[in-house]
Order: sequence, then C-alpha cells, then structure tokens
Amino acid sequence: MAKKMLEVNQLTTKYITRQGEDVYSVDHVSLDIEEGKSLGIAGESGCGKSTLALSLMGYYFAPLHYTSGTIKVDGKDITGLDPDVVRKTVLGTDVAYIPQAAMNALNPTRKVGKFIEDVIFAHELPMDKKQIREMAEQRFAKLGLPVDALDKHSVELSGGMRQRVVIAVSTILNPKVLIADEPSSALDVTSQKMVIKMMKDMMAEGMVKSMIFITHELPLLYNVTDDIMVMYAGQIVERGSAKEMVFDPIHPYSRGLMRSILVPEEGTRDVKLPARRPT
Amino acid sequence: MKTNEEKNVQLEDKRESVTFGSDRNKDFSKEPMCLSGRGVTRVFHTGKTTTVAVDHVDFDFHKGELISIVGESGSGKTTLSKMLLGLLEPTEGEIFFKDKPRDISSGAKKKEYWQGIQAIFQDPFSSYNVFHKIDSVLLDCINMRGGKNLPKEKKYEMMAEACSFVNLKFAELTNKYPFELSGGQMQRLMIARIFLLKPDILLADEPTSMIDACSRATILDMLLNLRNETGMTVIFITHDIGLAYYISDSVYIMEHGKFVESGKPDEVMLHPKAAYTKRLISDVPKIHEPWDLSTVEFH
Ligand SMILES: Nc1ncnc2c1ncn2[C@@H]1O[C@H](COP(=O)(O)OP(=O)(O)OP(=O)(O)O)[C@@H](O)[C@H]1O
Ligand SMILES: Nc1ncnc2c1ncn2[C@@H]1O[C@H](COP(=O)(O)OP(=O)(O)OP(=O)(O)O)[C@@H](O)[C@H]1O
Ligand SMILES: [Mg+2]
Ligand SMILES: [Mg+2]
Repeated sequence: MAKKMLEVNQLTTKYITRQGEDVYSVDHVSLDIEEGKSLGIAGESGCGKSTLALSLMGYYFAPLHYTSGTIKVDGKDITGLDPDVVRKTVLGTDVAYIPQAAMNALNPTRKVGKFIEDVIFAHELPMDKKQIREMAEQRFAKLGLPVDALDKHSVELSGGMRQRVVIAVSTILNPKVLIADEPSSALDVTSQKMVIKMMKDMMAEGMVKSMIFITHELPLLYNVTDDIMVMYAGQIVERGSAKEMVFDPIHPYSRGLMRSILVPEEGTRDVKLPARRPT
Repeated sequence: MKTNEEKNVQLEDKRESVTFGSDRNKDFSKEPMCLSGRGVTRVFHTGKTTTVAVDHVDFDFHKGELISIVGESGSGKTTLSKMLLGLLEPTEGEIFFKDKPRDISSGAKKKEYWQGIQAIFQDPFSSYNVFHKIDSVLLDCINMRGGKNLPKEKKYEMMAEACSFVNLKFAELTNKYPFELSGGQMQRLMIARIFLLKPDILLADEPTSMIDACSRATILDMLLNLRNETGMTVIFITHDIGLAYYISDSVYIMEHGKFVESGKPDEVMLHPKAAYTKRLISDVPKIHEPWDLSTVEFH
C-alpha cells in the first residue's frame, strides 16, 4: 500500500469573531492523501476551503483557533506544535501553502531570488548565497522558468509568470504536501494551462509528494486531480474519483454543483442550471 | 459540536432551474441600439513606448442584449470598459449612446450618463472602502437612486431584499466590515448593489470569477431576471469561456486590442474561424473532450 503523505482525523477549527462568537469553519474534517496523488477540494464560496487549507498546516493565528482532531504528515503528528516550531520544521518542508491571491501579495521591493534566500534562511539550512543561487537556477530551468526571473521584482513579471514563480519558490524544499488555494483562477486559460502543467511536472518529478488543489472551477479540477472532495458548511459531504464526482455524484449538494458546470462544448448550452430562488 | 442538521443547513437540492426567457436565440439586431462604437481606439504613451491598448474596434450593443467580451490578459478589455464607462476618452473613434454621439464633455453630462451605466469590478476587495461597514455600502445605493428621504424601515426592507436576491442574509452582514467576508460573499454583495441601482447598462468585469458553480448559477439567474424585467443591457468581460458560451446573446473575442471575431456563441465558440479563437477554445479545460497538456510550451 502506498504511503500516506497526509492523514487528517476529525479536524475542527473555529474563528472567534469580534463579537466573541465561535464560527466552526472546519467541522470534523477527515481526509488522507497517498504519495503521488492529488486531491481537489470544491465547494461554494464561504464553505471553508481556505480555512481548511490554513488549518491543515497546523499553524494558527487569531482569529483562527484549533479546536480538536489530528494532522499527520508522512506519519509525523504536527498537531499542537508551537507556532515557532511549525514555522521552522513544518512550513515549506512538510507542507507548502500557496494562499489565494498569493501572486499579488509578494513584497514588491524584493527580487525573486531573495524570496528563495528567505525560505532557506527561515529553515536555518546550512547553505550560502552562492549555493542557494545555484539551486534556484537549477530548479527554475527544470520548471521552464527563465533564470533571469530571479533578478526581477515580482511586478516586472506577467501574472502567469508571477504565479509560476510563487509556486516554484514555495516548493523549493520539496514539500510532502502542497496546498494550492485557487492558484490559477485569476489567470487566462493559456497561463492557467502553463501553471497546471508545471504543477503536474513537479508531482511527476517528486518535487512535491502530494497535492491539495482548491478551486471552484470544476472543469479544471476534473482535469487536474485524482480525487475530488466536496465541502459544504465546513464539512466534507462527498469524496470520490474525479470521474465519479463529475459524472456520477451521489450527494444532493454535489449533484447540484456538478450540474452547474459550464464548458464550451456541443449541447451544453441547452441544459438548465440549478439556481436557488430567493424565498 | 453542531452537525449540519442542527445548524439548520439546507443540503437538499431544491433549486429551480435558470430560465432564459422563451428565446435563447433571440435576434437582438431588431432591438433599439443602446451602445455602439466605430473605430474606437485608445493609445497610451508612457515614456518612449506607445501601447495601442484598443485598436479601432466596432461594436453594436442592443437594448436587453447580453454581450460577452472575451480575451486574454492585456488584450485591452479593461481599457475598453473604461471607455464605455466614460472614465477614459478614446484617442480616436466615436462611441454612440442610444444612437446619438455620446456627450460627456461637461460634468453635468457625465453625471447624467453615469445614472444609466453601472459597473461591477474584477477585484471585489478593491471596490470597497475597508472602513465602511456593509450596511453603509448598500445604503449609499438607495441614496444614489433618490431614496435618501425614505423611512428607515423601508430602506432596511430594500437592503434585506437585495441581500436575499444574492443569497446573503442582511441580518448577518450588518455591522460587519468587507474584510470579514469571503471573496465570493463580497462579489455577491456587489451584485446586491446593482439590484438596488437598476441601471440601463451593466458592465461587469469578471463578476463571477470568485464564485462557485452553484452560486454562479444563482447569480446568473438573478442578473438574467433583472435583465428580463428592466431591459438592462449587460456587458460581461470575462476569462470564463464556458460562462460566456452559456450566457451570452453575442460574443466578441479580443486579441491585442482588436476584435478578431464576433457573433452568436454557437458560431464563435463551437466553430471558431480565427486562429486566435481556435487556440483559446482549445486551452479551456473541458469535461467531454480531453485537455491536452503535452502541447504546453512554457514562455
Ligand atoms: N477572519 C475571519 N473571521 C471570522 N470569520 C471568518 C474569517 N475569515 C473567514 N471567515 C468565515 O469563515 C467561513 C469560511 O471562509 P473561507 O474563506 O474559508 O471560505 P472559502 O470556501 O475559501 O470561500 P471562497 O471560495 O469565497 O474563497 C466564511 O463563512 C467566512 O465568513
Ligand atoms: N494607464 C495605462 N498606461 C499605459 N498602458 C496601459 C494603461 N492601461 C493599460 N495599459 C496597457 O494596455 C494594454 C491593455 O490593458 P488592459 O488592462 O485593458 O487589458 P485587459 O484585457 O483588461 O487585461 P486583464 O485580463 O489582465 O485584466 C496592456 O498592454 C496594458 O499594459
Ligand atoms: Mg477561499
Ligand atoms: Mg482587465
């Protein structure tokens, strides 16, 4: 049996709002991913996808709080670790996380190469700047990224290039789990295809050992991940292979979701979409 | 811990279907002209470089028509929409509003034009003042439509109705700031604004890009209902080719500032003629046809 890269058991996390209310945005979520596999997460906006991504790193900061459950990465329990320990020993190596809209959140005053140094130094790895540069150049070349991008500021790069750079930088330490939150949603189709191709290459090369891919774009998810999981109101309602989930979902909510898929293909313009009418 | 049942979450698929009115292939060329353009061009000069962002485009948008403008990043969509909105002057060519040359030369005329055209922008977070609570965003819309002196209860009723139209609960939003919502919730809030403003023309730059498929269907349904009720012309600017195919009465494909192809969605998207459109369509992930990654070239 393949090794499990990620095993999450009954994970519950909550936001404590300014009004002091508890909002359970991740509610008893269990999931696992085997080495070499990818899992897609779909669900409506506000259902808790981004919160789940954050929660899976074992790294919590207010207003998000851990409540209960366990997270194991490649057998190692990362639940309940001190945030400093998580930063040094989990982020980037066990779990790499690409937040929603990451490509627009890069520090504009630093060059791309510096971000890689930051990652290495944050982990206190015994490498000097020259070694880091060499490693970065090799990785960029392997991923089809121009090496001179390392000497550029993020704003000088096109949107698609910037996103590929963000992914390459975040995964420089070959994480066991890559969590990508809407990594290509802001891009046009051609750039999107390049991002996906690069991510798949990274998986094939073992630079990333497993992947969680969050998006509400179902045709994309269908083409990218092995399995798809549907989330609703903080809970997992169904999981299956991409094919089962798109063509033969069981849960009524997943059925509604899949019936809403829009693609430019013959005959699809005549189907009716399920819409909620205000009552 | 509460289960979904206890949270009273509705999981049953009780949704109705989106209706497009009786005629999905209606001929809008017989409808009155709403907005048209001839040779519309915008050139930018920055330092020594000259960018022709929009390059001699012609278009005819009719009353009640839903038009999608599709093109890649940098093709000139936002520049064109700024010209349509009157935020940017064409450097060449002319725009006609209801068959007359559009005149926005004075402040008063601009104001009049803006009564009739409203926009929803790409990035919902940038559209809100982070210090304004959500109720005041909606209240502004009511005031803008001359509702300033309505009784407070009436205003609340209107805001609640607008929220429920986009499946937001007004009671849960009062007293919140925009950054306390998810991206999709913010986008729905923008559409609630349009519900209150009811313009002649709605220009929507990527209005559903952060929205999941289910809510998107609901929002399209809402926009289409608004369109059917008010005869509002809707201009969608989008990367989402599946969406453009499904929803549009006509589609314009933009490449490097030019319209390379336009027409009914079935013609343009299933039987594209321009090489650019062909490539674009082939890059869209589909579910019945394979999505070939082996041909991707990095650049
Ligand atoms: N900082 C916060 N404080 C309180 N509640 C929050 C906070 N951030 C998010 N939430 C709430 O948690 C829930 C889940 O939000 P989350 O951002 O995880 O959704 P999502 O599935 O990623 O949505 P989207 O598809 O729009 O990105 C929402 O109801 C949201 O309002
Ligand atoms: N104010 C400006 N000054 C100089 N050049 C500009 C300006 N605004 C836009 N451009 C240029 O015009 C071209 C078209 O840009 P525009 O923003 O209209 O594209 P777009 O199709 O909306 O792209 P996206 O899909 O990324 O939003 C680009 O090359 C852009 O760099
Ligand atoms: Mg999110
Ligand atoms: Mg734009």
